Amino acid sequence: RLKQKKKMNHVTLKMNYSAEQEFPDLSKHNNHMAKVLTPDMYAGLRDKQTPSGFTLDDVIQTGVDNPGHPFIMTVGCVAGDEETYDVFKDLLDPVIEDRHGGYKPTDKHKTDLNSDNLQGGDDLDPNYVLSSRVRTGRSIRGFCLPPHCSRGERRGIENLSIEALSSLDGDLKGKYYALRNMTDEEQQQLIDDHFLFDKPVSPLLLASGMARDWPDARGIWHNDNKTFLVWVNEEDHLRVISMQKGGNMREVFTRFCEGLTKIEGLFKEKGHEFMWNEHLGYVLTCPSNLGTGLRAGVHVKLPNLSKHESFGEVLKRLRLQKRGTGGVDTAAVGGVFDISNADRLGFSEVELVQMVVDGVQLLVDMEKRLEGGQSISDLMPEQK
Amino acid sequence: MLTKWRQQTFKYFVVEEEFPELSKHNNHMAKVLTKDMYAKLRDKQTPTGFTVDDVIQTGVDNPGHPFIMTVGCVAGDEESYDVFKDLFDPVISDRHGGYKPSDKHKTDLNFENLKGGDDLDPNYVLSSRVRTGRSIKGYALPPHNSRGERRAVEKLSVEALNSLDGEFKGKYYPLKSMTDAEQEQLIADHFLFDKPVSPLLLAAGMARDWPDARGIWHNENKTFLVWVNEEDHLRVISMQKGGNMKEVFKRFCVGLQRIEEIFKKHNHGFMWNEHLGYILTCPSNLGTGLRGGVHVKLPKLSTHAKFEEILTRLRLQKRGTGGVDTASVGGVFDISNADRIGSSEVDQVQCVVDGVKLMVEMEKKLEKGEAIDSMIPAQK
Repeated sequence: RLKQKKKMNHVTLKMNYSAEQEFPDLSKHNNHMAKVLTPDMYAGLRDKQTPSGFTLDDVIQTGVDNPGHPFIMTVGCVAGDEETYDVFKDLLDPVIEDRHGGYKPTDKHKTDLNSDNLQGGDDLDPNYVLSSRVRTGRSIRGFCLPPHCSRGERRGIENLSIEALSSLDGDLKGKYYALRNMTDEEQQQLIDDHFLFDKPVSPLLLASGMARDWPDARGIWHNDNKTFLVWVNEEDHLRVISMQKGGNMREVFTRFCEGLTKIEGLFKEKGHEFMWNEHLGYVLTCPSNLGTGLRAGVHVKLPNLSKHESFGEVLKRLRLQKRGTGGVDTAAVGGVFDISNADRLGFSEVELVQMVVDGVQLLVDMEKRLEGGQSISDLMPEQK
Repeated sequence: MLTKWRQQTFKYFVVEEEFPELSKHNNHMAKVLTKDMYAKLRDKQTPTGFTVDDVIQTGVDNPGHPFIMTVGCVAGDEESYDVFKDLFDPVISDRHGGYKPSDKHKTDLNFENLKGGDDLDPNYVLSSRVRTGRSIKGYALPPHNSRGERRAVEKLSVEALNSLDGEFKGKYYPLKSMTDAEQEQLIADHFLFDKPVSPLLLAAGMARDWPDARGIWHNENKTFLVWVNEEDHLRVISMQKGGNMKEVFKRFCVGLQRIEEIFKKHNHGFMWNEHLGYILTCPSNLGTGLRGGVHVKLPKLSTHAKFEEILTRLRLQKRGTGGVDTASVGGVFDISNADRIGSSEVDQVQCVVDGVKLMVEMEKKLEKGEAIDSMIPAQK
């Protein structure tokens, strides 16, 4: 009740100024929000707020503060709660459409977490495919999202998550490491395992308020085998990750689906569900992660192919994207690329992982051809 | 218990669940904030909607600073200091040497009351500078203001500054539309302020919408400049090379008063009251908001065992020459008044003038290999 009342006071105050006086200067900007937001749209939305008090200015602050990114077209807006996508649909629908290949407000999204439906994927060449990983995010219904949640909510999410995760067993049995009281040894081990997430430094995340109260109620859970881990309260309530060395994406995805389904079941037992609807699929903080929220990728050696003039085109046709091996805003090092699905929404989990499996198989075949000094023109794929 | 959460439309947690984790923290807010205090303040807000969580966010996010004891809380508007006095009063007392809620602050911008100050040795005193801040009544402060408010502050400020003449005649450079050439010149003049990188400022929300409605105004002589919408609505700075602090302070006082007159004519005076003096974003700048300082070469004195003690007794503080959170380079220190509230502008600049004069004499003695014990001052 306080948040809503507070925001109404600040919203009321801003209404003393015209929409034009309040409209952000987006002339140097290159992100989805800036492309879509018009003065009329701003005028129509600026006196609104979600039930928890998230306003239009809250939604767009990160996009105003961060005009553009050298490597990727950023989204420039975030949700503060589940209702954001509804209250501010006039802005977010076109952003979603722009970002997700023309996805319309009337489209329906399909969820498929049955790993049996994946074909192949267990034999990507480990001489090229160094590691395989699938991640997604989940938001717990009824709580505000990381840009907006209070300390109490964040801790509530942490408590619920620890309860759920601690009842996992078998291959998934594991332990939770709270960032706040991690020992130096634990921290070093998590860094060596490439598990540890750090306080966000990316201005994209900082500007949206996701680093508030760090490291309170943030933590990492992983299983004893170190192949399944969950980040709590980083950019989303939960990030669920399945990973292992080598190219057996099938095994990674199977574990991913099983683990995720179990976790969801445990939350439901406690009376909590994940944010999901039939239009947007899983609801997450960043509009770019709607739908499956899934990024399935490999670290793969493509030193020859990556220098080929058709590399960009090949990726595009395969509906894949490349990143550096340090994550979303880094560059590639030593010809090793992070290759993953470009889509999130409008395709199911199985479909997306299938694209990665099939696509990477082809990329590795191309790399081998180029190594042998041969042409790859006959291997060029159609647009998927 | 979990079902209860689900039944609520949105969350209202008990104090323990919302109270920040401050066990690793070392700032004034963390020293002062208790659960009871938080419980009492958490349901309040100022008329513009600033809450206690807004006030303390920077202190929660920034546990401590290696060089200085940070304040860890900010005001979002003039009313913050009243609505959240239960927190701000003890912070102010802690930070400002025991300043009590019932104390009165005196303002004295009559430069003629300063004694001496025109003869600090320029072989040691490389430059002299006086700065303060001013907030414009009726607008929220940088942690909280909207773009519309910030732009209104800019517009008013530019109007006021453009009407200055004589030695104060100058020009405004908005950050947003600065040319590369202008930018380089302002950097070379040491005038340009950059988008804040300090996590202390970022966590308080002062960098939102950067560089919108931010800018720098300076006179043609480059001795008087005004920052618009950086950490405060206005930062007013008088500076020049060498040790003539008297001249710097005179220009400071005259310019400031001219600016205030113009703002008053537009019915927007500065935020001020007889208890807190000039109201600024950071509680550390209440009172005069004045930092009068010099860049001075003290390579020997700064390594003397009693350096810190001398500074304390002279009511001075040291900083690196890059500003508040930097280290000193090459024995050159930024020495300025430690106090802001409870003494006037003239009092504080007098401390600097007298104190720096003494320290330069000490430096000279140490250069000659002589002792300085007899020169060590009493506590001012």
